Amino acid sequence: MTTPTARETVLGRIRDALALAPAPDTVIPRTYRTGRTLPDGERLALLTDRLVDYRATVHPCTADRTAEVVAGILNERGARRIGVPDGLDERWLGAYDGEVRRDSADVPAPSLDALDGVVTASAVSCAETGTIFLDGSPDQGRRALSLVPDLHVCVVDLSSVVAGVPEAVARLVPERPTTLISGPSATSDIELERVEGVHGPRTLAVVIRTDA
Amino acid sequence: MSTFLGMPTAPPRSPYGTGHLRGDRTFPEAAHDELRNEQLRRNLGRATRTIRTKRLDVTGELPDWEQLRDAGSAIKTDTMNRLPELLEQLERKVTERGGTVHWARDGVEANEIVTRLIRATGSSDVIKVKSMATQEIGLNEHLEAAGITPYETDLAELIVQLADDRPSHILVPAIHRNRDEIRQIFLDEIPGVDPDLDNVPARLAAAARAYLREKFMTTRVAVSGANFGIAETGTLTVVESEGNGRMCLTLPDTLITVMGIEKVLPRHQDLEVFLQLLPRSSTGERMNPYTSMWTGVTPGDGPQDFHLVLLDNGRTAALADAIGREALNCIRCSACLNVCPVYERAGGHAYGSTYPGPIGAVLTPQLAGMHAAKNDPNSSLPYASSLCGACFDACPVKIDIPSMLVELRHQHTEQSGTTAEKLAMKAAAAVMSRPTLFTAAQKAASLGRAVGGRDGTVPRLPAPFGGWSDSRDLAAPPKQSFRAWLSSAEGAETMRAAAEEGAGRTADTPEEDR
Amino acid sequence: MRIGLFATCLGDTLFPEAVKSTAVLLARLGHDVVFPPGQTCCGQMHVNTGYQREPVPLVRNFAEQFGDTSIDAVVMPSASCAGSVRHQHEIVAERYGDAALRAGVATVKAKTYELSELLVDVLGVTRVGAYFPHRVTYHPTCHSLRMLRVGDKPLRLLRAVEEIDLVELPEADACCGFGGTFALKNSETSTAMLQDKMHHISGTKADVCTAGDSSCLMQIGGGLSRIRSGTRTLHLAQILGSTRTAPYALTEAAL
Repeated sequence: MTTPTARETVLGRIRDALALAPAPDTVIPRTYRTGRTLPDGERLALLTDRLVDYRATVHPCTADRTAEVVAGILNERGARRIGVPDGLDERWLGAYDGEVRRDSADVPAPSLDALDGVVTASAVSCAETGTIFLDGSPDQGRRALSLVPDLHVCVVDLSSVVAGVPEAVARLVPERPTTLISGPSATSDIELERVEGVHGPRTLAVVIRTDA
Repeated sequence: MSTFLGMPTAPPRSPYGTGHLRGDRTFPEAAHDELRNEQLRRNLGRATRTIRTKRLDVTGELPDWEQLRDAGSAIKTDTMNRLPELLEQLERKVTERGGTVHWARDGVEANEIVTRLIRATGSSDVIKVKSMATQEIGLNEHLEAAGITPYETDLAELIVQLADDRPSHILVPAIHRNRDEIRQIFLDEIPGVDPDLDNVPARLAAAARAYLREKFMTTRVAVSGANFGIAETGTLTVVESEGNGRMCLTLPDTLITVMGIEKVLPRHQDLEVFLQLLPRSSTGERMNPYTSMWTGVTPGDGPQDFHLVLLDNGRTAALADAIGREALNCIRCSACLNVCPVYERAGGHAYGSTYPGPIGAVLTPQLAGMHAAKNDPNSSLPYASSLCGACFDACPVKIDIPSMLVELRHQHTEQSGTTAEKLAMKAAAAVMSRPTLFTAAQKAASLGRAVGGRDGTVPRLPAPFGGWSDSRDLAAPPKQSFRAWLSSAEGAETMRAAAEEGAGRTADTPEEDR
Repeated sequence: MRIGLFATCLGDTLFPEAVKSTAVLLARLGHDVVFPPGQTCCGQMHVNTGYQREPVPLVRNFAEQFGDTSIDAVVMPSASCAGSVRHQHEIVAERYGDAALRAGVATVKAKTYELSELLVDVLGVTRVGAYFPHRVTYHPTCHSLRMLRVGDKPLRLLRAVEEIDLVELPEADACCGFGGTFALKNSETSTAMLQDKMHHISGTKADVCTAGDSSCLMQIGGGLSRIRSGTRTLHLAQILGSTRTAPYALTEAAL
């Protein structure tokens, strides 16, 4: 008789435990709010309110002004060298005159530390919690890109903003590496007092395109 | 094997003498010292009050908060019922996506697996995301003994590690430290730190950022825990604030995640519940700054070598208890700690375990047992509660902690054989179950008035009641019990007069105003 | 209504005035108050300390004393004892009792109330004809608040008392630190909790701190007496039982 593997042992223990203390079948009551919709204006107002609460800056604009607004943020922050995902719409950078580095997998992640900022698109956003979801699509890039630089300019189309968490989770592709961002990096580890800016980008600027 | 014979056997607890699931003294003994630490009392009082208010604000603004709690509770219960199939599904999905799954019977085995995996990379350093599971099994100590240096990257864990201290809170391990103490720890322990560093939290956080930046950029291996593991897709989730988690989960070549088997969730959709319950219950935020989700290995993005270690370490023993298993539903939000009056006064260290507070008092004895040695300190944990019930109300997955505490107390008395307390309880029950004896005892109590002091209070009481009279007076028993009064002429007359008034009243005013 | 009065072992033996007030109040409201003489203790202390076999006779005795169908409702001036009857008796009966006990427990459980619940929910009364011209602060005991969920019922009763000066207690929902044998087994932590409770009570400058449980009042009153506070404790029933014709005479003693 061979010695059972840890896998066999642990699964055996679980089956024993469930035999010793059988539990009745459980019905999951999903009576919480799902499938909510809100008009454009309310989603914009809610998302803006939440982001500002997290100390992110919010820059609503029409799509045709994207390049102008993005360049304005980068210049204001003194960002002279930025990184962008390979699939980012190049028109968004049309008004920016600094150095743009298109990211690729063979760029060592630590070298991203030399960038002043990063501009990405986003997959979906949740208005009620002020959360932006990045899913690694070509216009959002690999996770390190939106993490290492100290400034993250994130472009959000209002059409991709949903009301609540269930509506946002429903839009995700589970297997994609996904990052939920709710404001700049923060900590409450010192006397439970919230402080913005630890290891992730200390500045999060959100460009919300109200007609896109 | 037990299953082979068809007779289930009780799964073992976490092996005695391993990990951090047992203190070296009982709760009252440890609390005795902690309660004298005025600084600690102030730090804890201030911090827990702050977080309590924030939590109530953000849970109160959701009209469906109770429905979310019901769903969260049911999902976790359903998960426990189907644990074998869900873990096998998780394993299959992670493996399909290029990850490697390991199983660990206990903390010792998990430590060995992680050490072996790190050694295989050739790295002598490892960066760590805050993880209760690795704290529970004492991974850091094990790694250090093996010549591998673990760097805690969560700010609070860093503070604890630099001070050679122990965590005292699930979410905020350095909650017992205030800004002045943290400043001093940084000045003493961080090489090259600015000697003019002040105590402003933002500047303390900046100092930690500067210190850890180089570690993030150069360390090739990271160890993390996981908040959730989705069986349906193989997706793992880490919920955090600072970005240290994202750094560890993204930059290294190798990622090793240690996850308790109870952290699995059936469906990706279930995240819609827990991503609402967890942040609002833990930090009192609508959403935590960062949550990372990854599924196995993604070419060109993040670690290309991913290992998931599934940890038992007493969880199956808890699962075998029909009442106690509810503790496995815990999502480690720490809301119960923040509302607990006992935790607020005694602090997390008094519990002696990685899991302090109300949930720790029910989880620790189940993972590690409470009768592993004579006067096992864990046997004092179920009694470290006034059963006030605040924890149950705060729990996002509705764990009935007070009932579990009462149940564990019962298991303890059942295990303890004949004790003086048990004899006293039996004697008390014997007297109280016979009204004639009870009445006689009441008369004896009345005679006890003789011991009363001049001001009508009883002086210092003998053991085991001495603790009472240290800080509280006790009124001398009254001359007459209620039943003696009721059967006295005075009692009969008073009740007759009241009834007479009542008869008049009902005639006059049949309906009461509300 | 025919109401069975459960004095509770603590109330019967150590705090009879609260029970007297309960009995007189209900009689004055026109109800038939019966006191089954064989009653003793609900067994809460046993269960909360970890003993479930020992209180089986107590649970059985309670069910027998109050099971009589002529008793419409059972009342007790204690939320924790009512909580024990409603939540713990069935656990004990399920585990160590027989079918008869389980049935008996279910019968009494369904008609058991704490005083404020009985008055407000069952009898539909908040204005009980009480008169209490003193400054009062109310401490909601944990079991009334979180086990029985009495909510603001005691406060509604107090607000309807004539001439009362009711002041809010800061952090009222925090435990006083009693917790039965917790106050003995963890007396230092219990004392630390009590100190904060007393601090808040003293700040109200109330003459009286009231609550619906004599056990918690024993803890709070014992502490207030020790520090020679100007505030004394009084059971809710005693305030509701105080009338213009028979007003409660407030004495200096804190206990």
